[in-house]
Amino acid sequence: MSAAAHAAKLGISHVLLEKTDHLSDTIYKYQKGKHVMATPSQLVLRAGGGLQFEAGKRETILGIWDEMTAAAKVNVKLNAEIKSIAGTGDPIPGSIQKTTTRNRDGTTVVKELQRLAPPYKLVTTSGEEIIADTIILAIGTQGNPNLLGCPGAQQPHIQYQLDDPAAYNDEHIFVFGGGDAGIENALGLAADAAQGNIVTLMNRGAEFSTAKDANVKALLAARDAGRINVMTETQPRAIEDEWVVLDTRDGEVRARCNRLIARIGSAPPRGFVEACGVEFASNDRLAFPKLSAVFESTAPGIFIVGALAGYPLIKHCMNQGHDVVEFINGNTELKPADEPILEAKFKGLPAGKSVSDWLEYLRSNVGILDGMSALQMREFMLDSEARAYRAGEVIFERNAPGSSLFGVADGQVLVEINPNDPSITVPIGKGEIFGEVGLISGRRRGATIRAGSDCVLVEISRSAALKLMSAVPAASREVTRITTLRSLLQIFKSGLGADDLTDVVASARIETIRAGQTIIKEGETGDDIYIIRSGSMVVEKTIGGKPVFLSYVPAGSYVGEMAVINGDARSATVRAAVKSDVIKLEGESFRSLLANKPELMARVRDDMASRIQHNAFIESKKDSFGGVVDMYSGVANFLVDNGIGEATDVLLIDEKLCVGCDNCEKACADSHDGLSRLDREAGRTYAHLHVPTSCRHCEHPHCMADCPPNAIHRGPTGEVYIDDTCIGCGNCQRNCPYGVIRMDKVPPKKPWLLNWLLFGQGPGPGEPSKKWSYKNAKKGVETPKKAVKCDMCTGQSGGPACVRACPTGAAIRVSPEQFLSVALLDRGAE
Amino acid sequence: MAGQAAGNANRKASGKAIVRAPREITHEGFLTHRRSRWLKIALFLSALAIAVYIFTDPQPRANGGSVAGYALGTIGALLIVWLSLIGLRKRIITSKPYSLKGWTSAHVYLGLSLIVIGTLHTGFQLGWNVHSAAYVLMMIVILSGIYGIIVYGRLPGKLSANRQEATQPQMLEAIRALDRQLDTAAQPLGKDEADLVRVSLEQTDIGGNLWQRLTGQQPNCGTAKARDAIQALVNQQMRTVKPDPRLTQILFLLERKSAALAQARRHIRMKTQLEIWLYLHVPATFALLAALIAHILSVFLYW
Ligand SMILES: Cc1cc2nc3c(=O)[nH]c(=O)nc-3n(C[C@H](O)[C@H](O)[C@H](O)COP(=O)(O)OP(=O)(O)OC[C@H]3O[C@@H](n4cnc5c(N)ncnc54)[C@H](O)[C@@H]3O)c2cc1C
Ligand code: HEM
Ligand code: SF4
Ligand code: SF4
Ligand code: SF4
Repeated sequence: MSAAAHAAKLGISHVLLEKTDHLSDTIYKYQKGKHVMATPSQLVLRAGGGLQFEAGKRETILGIWDEMTAAAKVNVKLNAEIKSIAGTGDPIPGSIQKTTTRNRDGTTVVKELQRLAPPYKLVTTSGEEIIADTIILAIGTQGNPNLLGCPGAQQPHIQYQLDDPAAYNDEHIFVFGGGDAGIENALGLAADAAQGNIVTLMNRGAEFSTAKDANVKALLAARDAGRINVMTETQPRAIEDEWVVLDTRDGEVRARCNRLIARIGSAPPRGFVEACGVEFASNDRLAFPKLSAVFESTAPGIFIVGALAGYPLIKHCMNQGHDVVEFINGNTELKPADEPILEAKFKGLPAGKSVSDWLEYLRSNVGILDGMSALQMREFMLDSEARAYRAGEVIFERNAPGSSLFGVADGQVLVEINPNDPSITVPIGKGEIFGEVGLISGRRRGATIRAGSDCVLVEISRSAALKLMSAVPAASREVTRITTLRSLLQIFKSGLGADDLTDVVASARIETIRAGQTIIKEGETGDDIYIIRSGSMVVEKTIGGKPVFLSYVPAGSYVGEMAVINGDARSATVRAAVKSDVIKLEGESFRSLLANKPELMARVRDDMASRIQHNAFIESKKDSFGGVVDMYSGVANFLVDNGIGEATDVLLIDEKLCVGCDNCEKACADSHDGLSRLDREAGRTYAHLHVPTSCRHCEHPHCMADCPPNAIHRGPTGEVYIDDTCIGCGNCQRNCPYGVIRMDKVPPKKPWLLNWLLFGQGPGPGEPSKKWSYKNAKKGVETPKKAVKCDMCTGQSGGPACVRACPTGAAIRVSPEQFLSVALLDRGAE
Repeated sequence: MAGQAAGNANRKASGKAIVRAPREITHEGFLTHRRSRWLKIALFLSALAIAVYIFTDPQPRANGGSVAGYALGTIGALLIVWLSLIGLRKRIITSKPYSLKGWTSAHVYLGLSLIVIGTLHTGFQLGWNVHSAAYVLMMIVILSGIYGIIVYGRLPGKLSANRQEATQPQMLEAIRALDRQLDTAAQPLGKDEADLVRVSLEQTDIGGNLWQRLTGQQPNCGTAKARDAIQALVNQQMRTVKPDPRLTQILFLLERKSAALAQARRHIRMKTQLEIWLYLHVPATFALLAALIAHILSVFLYW
């Protein structure tokens, strides 16, 4: 839209093709009244054709845009979904597009496509054809919903979206799809019994494995309360007028159906885009199209901007619409709108270079950045920092939290490998990277690193690093190689050098282990060693016919050493607590390493001895106090089943002590803008140990995965927090598997506590009721709904307020390693 | 306050190994807090008071006016003021380290030591005056506190077991959902039978008045009545013909509703018991503070 408006202004012949009957479908689909935010605020708006964009209500913004596109005389064609784009010119020599599609069974198919020169022919779904010299693809990333394939799928009462659940009354409604979208729709339709809908949710599988726990629970509760029918292992076979035929586990069923809502996922637009001749950076799910510095794709004449190009904020999208038309119009001088931001980033560096020189300097000096295009470097730098350090300055300390990766562009840094003696160091030179362990495992830094000489470093944030690895496969391989090597050095220390490990590293393989999958089985033979790169494992042993929990092994540790040393069969079973990455080392090469390195041997023996002692302790307890150990195992397994394996800090409530006063919630609200970040009563309980709904500060936070303004970070004390740039899109809320993020407005300030105590003014301690907030809200000021979650009370010198405020000591916030230790045995003894 | 915005400024990754604010991670209840430190202190204080009382031998007889009496009185009055401050500590959420658990622990044991200190301070002289009123109020506060400790010790585990992972709003919602099903199921019934269902829908109080909340007993519960009546109808039909399936369906729903009600009422009963004593403990504290002031003023004015 921005591009078209700019083209209109410059008098360039253009047409804006839109598949729906309105512009800006993604924004159109926001919930009613959503406050749309205009971040990043430092970025100037340079929208095409004088379009405006300011933060405001969805309706207002869409209204203004409609007026402005009309006023700018943009040539708009609605209801024109493009089905295919193909060149009509001669074959471009040597330009062959290869696309790889992966089948469900894991095999891949490679298709080849000869690119043809422009002009291009665009075909709409209605069969209309349009010829264009240049095409700007700005189709976003929403994609198309997957459609039903069964007979009758054209029936008008089938829909793929639900805008307003309140709009339907007295209908037999089937919702197909047991993911979050389907469950939320079904719950919405059944929420008000007065609507009289009879709602049935169908799921193809037996379990709701892709949906959030909170949603599944709500669904099952609604089913038990008789509000929703749930049919698992069911799918529609045929759809008729007013009826649907279902395939169920017990055979075919025919049921009345006035409406069928299919929420069976959506296909990202990648397939369509590839078919146009556009190549993507890699096969990674996160990858974006390969683009030149002027947004041109590998298909000459096809330009890509907006979310599809990897810029998910409205302001970026609009700026690029303007810029790309300028470029096409021959303006080569134009500096991108992010220029001032980048300039500011390079300000602190010596030797004033221009932004593009700096980018080129970093790209050519830091090995892993080599494969990037100029445009990718720009975007990359927005999420990264470049800094100069003087010789001797500390870059990060041991045990500092941090998930960023560093690249050395100039100079060298020194790693203090022995915490007790800072003079023993290992250098890392120009072009290399460090900090990768934090990036991969999300754990604290393993060593202090200082500048060895004056140096220039680039600090790559976790999100930028992940994007980099998906865009440049070579970078990804390099990071993997270095992490393997370094994690070995770090775990085994003992005076090992990189040279000693060449053989072992060559034998190393990285494997991804599903949650619950076993890597070592008690009683089997095998002598591979596993290093846990990310995630965590539990160790169990069968005693008296029952599996007994022995210990919890976090990322950064290794398992499997006993068999290598004593050659016996495996003495315990090790399985993944959560999805984990492990480095598998062959026993043979490790054994020869041990033979050559007596120090290492001694160290591994030490580790092994203390583990054997620990296991023996638990086994001895099992003989004398069987119940205690069963309880210990039970509690540990319960916690692991509830995702504690990926937590770094979790709130637990001992329900033998909790008197239900909710002072924890009140304290949280009173110390955090009046909104509580925990729900005490909700959540699972086992043997009086309750895991309330509150953030666990995951190692690799799911909530961070898809935050358009990149507002979720890990702070210096390990907390995961959301900063002020949150735009309220709700992605993090959907992505958090533990349902701990809420979207809410900050309530107005309450009168002082003593005014309440003495005169009864205001709502008292804790979160004010919605009614009070509504009544006391400042008139005319719109407070946006933003994502709200626990920040671990960082900045409060007393630590978590919820814990401090509990009168009975029921509430504690701990890391899983702290809690899943032998101390847990005492609990069982109570 | 320490909102998110305030925190952000100093959050720039500095590479420093910032130590996390120290916090308590020991898993200990308030009664055993720090290996029962406050129990020991309170016992020591009480022993000291008894020793002072025994070894000083005031003339003409022990009372609040002797030196030892003044000492015990001062300690007692300060303790009472401090004990009352837990009400503020509980509600003013500051960011500095403190542990309400530690406060509760100290509160309970020092509060109990007041039995010794206060009683000795009176020198066992009680009468119908403002001084004795303060003493009686103090004992009321303390006795209610003791009740509180008993319920705090006994009920949480049961409360948790009864919940079965359901929250209070979920329990209430489950009952409402059963009501909706009952309403639908009653549509095809004749008027008399539908009226029975109506009794359950309209005359069921989940919580009820204070007494009913405290005991969890509701002798006039509409659902129980309706269930019994329908049960009787079904039994009657059973003797002659096959019972009306619509009625057995309703009976089934009513039984589920009774079970859900029983769970919710047990929940409410225990929550009320965990709370009710504070409605004596706290007002009596205010009365005690007033009586204490009167007591001290009258001592100094009319001595
Ligand atoms: C809930 C939510 C809240 C958000 N809130 C904000 C916010 O407050 N501030 C902010 O800056 N960003 C926000 N974002 C992000 C922002 O909305 C998107 O990044 C932005 O809309 C992307 O713009 P785009 O032009 O690249 O693509 P889109 O806005 O997705 O536009 C693509 C258009 O192309 C059409 N189209 C697709 N395929 C075809 C085809 N084959 N033929 C013809 N037309 C086609 C679509 O119908 C659509 O209208 C939010 C996102 C979500 C999901
Ligand atoms: C004269 C002595 C005492 C005074 C003045 C006093 C006063 C108070 C006050 C004002 C509160 C705050 C209640 C609230 O705001 O919610 C309180 C709470 C409490 N008191 Fe006392 N109290 C006394 C003695 C005791 C004793 C002897 C016990 C126990 C044996 C006790 C046990 C408690 C408990 C358990 C709480 C609740 C803590 C909580 O849940 O937050 N008190 N007391
Ligand atoms: S909010 Fe993020 S860090 Fe917290 S539990 Fe959810 S996914 Fe994990
Ligand atoms: S740690 Fe702080 S922010 Fe997190 S739940 Fe507790 S009180 Fe709330
Ligand atoms: S403050 Fe403690 S006792 Fe009160 S509800 Fe929270 S966990 Fe339970």
